[in-house]
Amino acid sequence: MLKFTEDHEWLQVEGDVATVGITEHAAGELGDLVFVELPDVGAKFDMGDVAATVESVKAASEIYAPLKGEIVEINEAITNDPAIVNTNPADDGWFFKMKLDDVSAAEALLDETAYGELIG
Amino acid sequence: MTAAPNDLKRTPLFDLHTALGGKMVPFAGYEMPVQYAPGVLREHIHTRKHAGLFDVSHMGQIIVRARSGDQADAARALETLVPVDVQGLAKNRQRYALFTNRHGGIQDDLMIADRGDHFFLVVNAACKDIDLSHLKSHLDETCIIEPLPDRALLALQGPQAETALAQYAPDCAAMRFMDVANLHINGADCIVSRSGYTGEDGYEISIPSADAAALAQALLDIEGVEAIGLGARDSLRLEAGLCLYGSDLDETTTPVEAALEWAIQKTRRRNGATQGGFPGAEIILDELENGATRRRVGLKPEGRAPVRSGAELFTDEQSENAIGIVTSGGFGPTVEHPVSMAYVAIEHVSPGTQIFADVRGKRLPVVVTKLPFITQNYKRK
Repeated sequence: MLKFTEDHEWLQVEGDVATVGITEHAAGELGDLVFVELPDVGAKFDMGDVAATVESVKAASEIYAPLKGEIVEINEAITNDPAIVNTNPADDGWFFKMKLDDVSAAEALLDETAYGELIG
Repeated sequence: MTAAPNDLKRTPLFDLHTALGGKMVPFAGYEMPVQYAPGVLREHIHTRKHAGLFDVSHMGQIIVRARSGDQADAARALETLVPVDVQGLAKNRQRYALFTNRHGGIQDDLMIADRGDHFFLVVNAACKDIDLSHLKSHLDETCIIEPLPDRALLALQGPQAETALAQYAPDCAAMRFMDVANLHINGADCIVSRSGYTGEDGYEISIPSADAAALAQALLDIEGVEAIGLGARDSLRLEAGLCLYGSDLDETTTPVEAALEWAIQKTRRRNGATQGGFPGAEIILDELENGATRRRVGLKPEGRAPVRSGAELFTDEQSENAIGIVTSGGFGPTVEHPVSMAYVAIEHVSPGTQIFADVRGKRLPVVVTKLPFITQNYKRK
């Protein structure tokens, strides 16, 4: 199940684990990333908590937890080379995987069509 | 930053910016391009390797002319507002200057060029109205103050700037850093200085607004010249250790705190032939002799996280008393690491001193570093 948030994150939900990244639209708006700070594995977040930070040359931006859950894996490749997020935001540029407290809560997020309408 | 578009002014290059795909943002009351399609990183690197064309038409251009017709009267008048040697400026030479206030703080930084029968000033966009009334209220008796709102300002910066501009104005090649000349370029009467704010060789070109877009397009048609936005202008000037007014300089920072002593020539200091006589002189001249309690320095973060404006600085990972604050910070695309400028208590400003910056609640190690971060590439000889 592929879902999106109004904060321009995508989630690929498989079982009770969601892989989370930022959308191509967001990556384009942020510009070339030069730094990514990821959460620690084991960190727990409520929906909307700041889970990661990205920095372009110009500014810092926050990445939010799309749902309540616990971080089970992080993508250290993007902290070593933040440019991966710009070149491949929907795949190799994923940020973290989180074990969701309530998988059904994902249903309420945007689907691809609704997200497409949001960004126009 | 959400002023209605109606309230924002546009420069004569607005249509060109949008045609080029510039991402327009509000800046100092203007709609300005923060970047174009290549993005800040590539625009920055392009400028250092080739040549970048910047629209800086939002900046203020002002002429100061002596009512007596004697240029020396205008020079003396300007020296009552700035701590720099204006009388000693040769014809068609330009100098960096500061409007100081009576507390020794900096009201704006600017360029002053001696044009023989008048002085030509370039001031910051956000300060230009205040600067104009400052000049008029203090110099009205001796000088005619004339703003030039109908002129645009282009900056052409980078190692290929000379060969590019020389295609339209061969005489530009003979100019040296801080020279100023009238040049006829692409059919327009321009005032050109060999200067800029990127740390690279280059030119700033004052041109009638009606001719600006055509010249910009003509320059962009040259191989190696690309349009560069304000985002890269900021990272370029930061790597070059140059101050941004409103961030690194303001009414509470003195020239000595800002490490701008070099801008105050000996003749304006104590026992100089034209000493003092500018706002805040006693405070500034004292600091020139005795130093200030804090100083602007460069900081190199040891990690990869940029340390941005507003980050507080500490001597170690635990201490609660800040010893300084970051005033500019970001990533330096040329040096390929984060770079910052900060005001730090004088006990901690020796290059090599390790201190800590508070970034999102974490204490990150940073090292006090000499400025600039890059080697400036001015055409001095």
